[in-house]
Amino acid sequence: MTTVEYFFIYFAVSMVFLSLLIITVKNPVHSILLMLVLFFHIAGLYLFLNAEFLAAVQVILYAGAILVLFLFVIMMLNLKEELVSHRFIGEWPVGVAIGLSISLFCIFAISHFQIKYEGNMTIEIIKTLTNTKALGKILYTEFLLPFEIASIILLIAIVGAIVLAKKEQS
Amino acid sequence: MIIVPPPFPNLTPFIPELIVLSVAMVLLLLEIWVKNRVFIAGICILTGFAVIYCLNMSIGITFNGMFINDIYSVLFKIIFMVCLILTVLISLNYIDREKPIRGEYYSLLLFATAGMMLMASAKDLMVLYLGLELMALSTYILAGIKTLNIKSNEAAIKYFMLGAFSSAFLLFGISMLYGLTATTDIYLIAERLKDTERSLPLILSMIMIVVAFSFKIAAAPFHMWSPDVYEGAPTSVTAFLSVGPKAAGFAVIGRVFYIAFEGIQPDWTTAFIIISVITMAIGNIVALAQTNIKRMLAYSSIAHAGYILIGIVTSTYESLQAVINYLMIYTFMNIGAFAIVILLDKGEEIQDYNGLSKHRPLVAAIMLLFMFSLVGIPPTAGFIAKFNLFVSAIHGGQIWLVVIAVIFSAVSAFYYLRVVMNMYMKDPLVEEHQIHLSPSLGFAIFITVVMVMVLGLFPSLII
Amino acid sequence: MVPLNWYLYLSSVIFVIGVVGFLIRRNLIIMFMSIELMLNAVNISLIAFSHYIQDLKGQIMVFFIITVAAAEAAIGLAILVALFRNKNSINTDDIAIMKG
Repeated sequence: MTTVEYFFIYFAVSMVFLSLLIITVKNPVHSILLMLVLFFHIAGLYLFLNAEFLAAVQVILYAGAILVLFLFVIMMLNLKEELVSHRFIGEWPVGVAIGLSISLFCIFAISHFQIKYEGNMTIEIIKTLTNTKALGKILYTEFLLPFEIASIILLIAIVGAIVLAKKEQS
Repeated sequence: MIIVPPPFPNLTPFIPELIVLSVAMVLLLLEIWVKNRVFIAGICILTGFAVIYCLNMSIGITFNGMFINDIYSVLFKIIFMVCLILTVLISLNYIDREKPIRGEYYSLLLFATAGMMLMASAKDLMVLYLGLELMALSTYILAGIKTLNIKSNEAAIKYFMLGAFSSAFLLFGISMLYGLTATTDIYLIAERLKDTERSLPLILSMIMIVVAFSFKIAAAPFHMWSPDVYEGAPTSVTAFLSVGPKAAGFAVIGRVFYIAFEGIQPDWTTAFIIISVITMAIGNIVALAQTNIKRMLAYSSIAHAGYILIGIVTSTYESLQAVINYLMIYTFMNIGAFAIVILLDKGEEIQDYNGLSKHRPLVAAIMLLFMFSLVGIPPTAGFIAKFNLFVSAIHGGQIWLVVIAVIFSAVSAFYYLRVVMNMYMKDPLVEEHQIHLSPSLGFAIFITVVMVMVLGLFPSLII
Repeated sequence: MVPLNWYLYLSSVIFVIGVVGFLIRRNLIIMFMSIELMLNAVNISLIAFSHYIQDLKGQIMVFFIITVAAAEAAIGLAILVALFRNKNSINTDDIAIMKG
């Protein structure tokens, strides 16, 4: 076993453990903070995979923006009585059974996975270009249309948040 | 290092989407100053006609092969435009009645339509996903746009949660497909999968995508969101949701499964046959027990998704044509039925229709027409739609599926005709059935009635 | 070098944990976070694919998924706030007034 493999095992075990905690702890604030730790682990994993730009985006956007939004909403809603009520639905064993069967099938299917086709962006090319530049180049040329649609989706998000959350003056 | 700017993409095939998106953005600003809703609705309707006018001129592939406007997508875009125009017509008066609905309503409708158009034209899975999210996010907002109404809130949160959940499944499927083929282009995936033998990861990806789209078209057992959403959302939005996103889902199913998954056709056919039978059974049987007409129409739309899936699994040229015809006719008859629900002052419960024929014989007759059409009784357009679909399925060899569908169609007559029976044979519960007739709503009902009659009597017009 | 399959196993396990969390929890915020968990699992597998098949499309896809997740979070939480104003609860069985 190499050092990289040890690191991967540490990341994998802690990520699975953290995600199990996220879906089981009682207090939503705790699960958001655990999610923050999980996102830092995921960003670390991205660094192993030569995705420096996305590792940064993961921390800035997911940890910095989305989770803060969650935290903000929980603070605003002030869910005190939340802590005493039941956490799980009555039929939770059914959910767990569905999950187990999906995961067994996934793992069985993935064990047959083989790479057949490869692209031409080898690690050397990306290293000479730097990851961000390589991404930017294809994002603004080849993926122009998705990029524009994504901007419209963000516009919808702004409009939607105002439409839904603004108090009506009556 | 000199970076050569890439050539400007050819925008001609993209013109219809461009029109819809720019009008949507202009309306967003215009709503601040223009208080006259008729003007804004008029712009929406004109947009619809402009798009239909441009569609045939803008056939082609653009944006590095990410976007394709072919005959297939043109036909679906016509359905979306009809859906948009009819929804705007039935909304105009309804929105003023339901006071808390905000002005952004029309531009959100246009954004949702643009998302559906992008879905129908996506040649790349990335565009498909983003178009789907554009449509989905706009419709989540539309479902919850009555912010002071608890039912509308609940509809929005249910729609949102299950929509986001199903998108995650779609993404999982797409990521597997990307790993297998190293591309996201649907046609290139098809080419590369032809050389690959059928493997388990491919089946896994196919199942995940089937699950995701079954959520989107509200096919059982992934239908549980739709009755609540249809009941809780404002009725004009329900009319839109029951037609537009469903048609867009079928457009994508056609493109992804017929082209990308061509190599494993027996596998996805089996999956869809099972889903289709369950959908027809659940949709038609549970609809019998409903007391709210919007819920009943929700289950009826689940059942119709089951019938349309028969055309999808037959997968011949003829059956695909029948599917598109079915969706077109379904647009007219379903929005027509919802228009009647909007027309009545109190029309959400089935017992509200008791004795309607005594006070409002014309309204009752029109509702009767739509109910007959939804059952598929000649000479209405619904009969032609079902007949074509089933004949094409028999030609394609799906005889057992057609037998099951015909049996469930007979079951469906019970709940559609119960509304008719209430209207004609029961005594009215109220002194007077109040109606809110406005020129736009009347015009929408007129168009739908004419189309249901004309397409029923002269089916050669669209086939 | 870590084999690609390890990343895929990790991704599918986290995905399934997200599915289970969505199915069994009653709190809408935790259900929503389970969806974020599922999206992150997909992102891991896409980036792993992108690295091992030496193609940047996977990373671009992740870029868009993160964008959409941000938009989804804004809209979802706005719906939650609107719901909470009327209902004072975000538990699934307290809000269900429609049935059938």
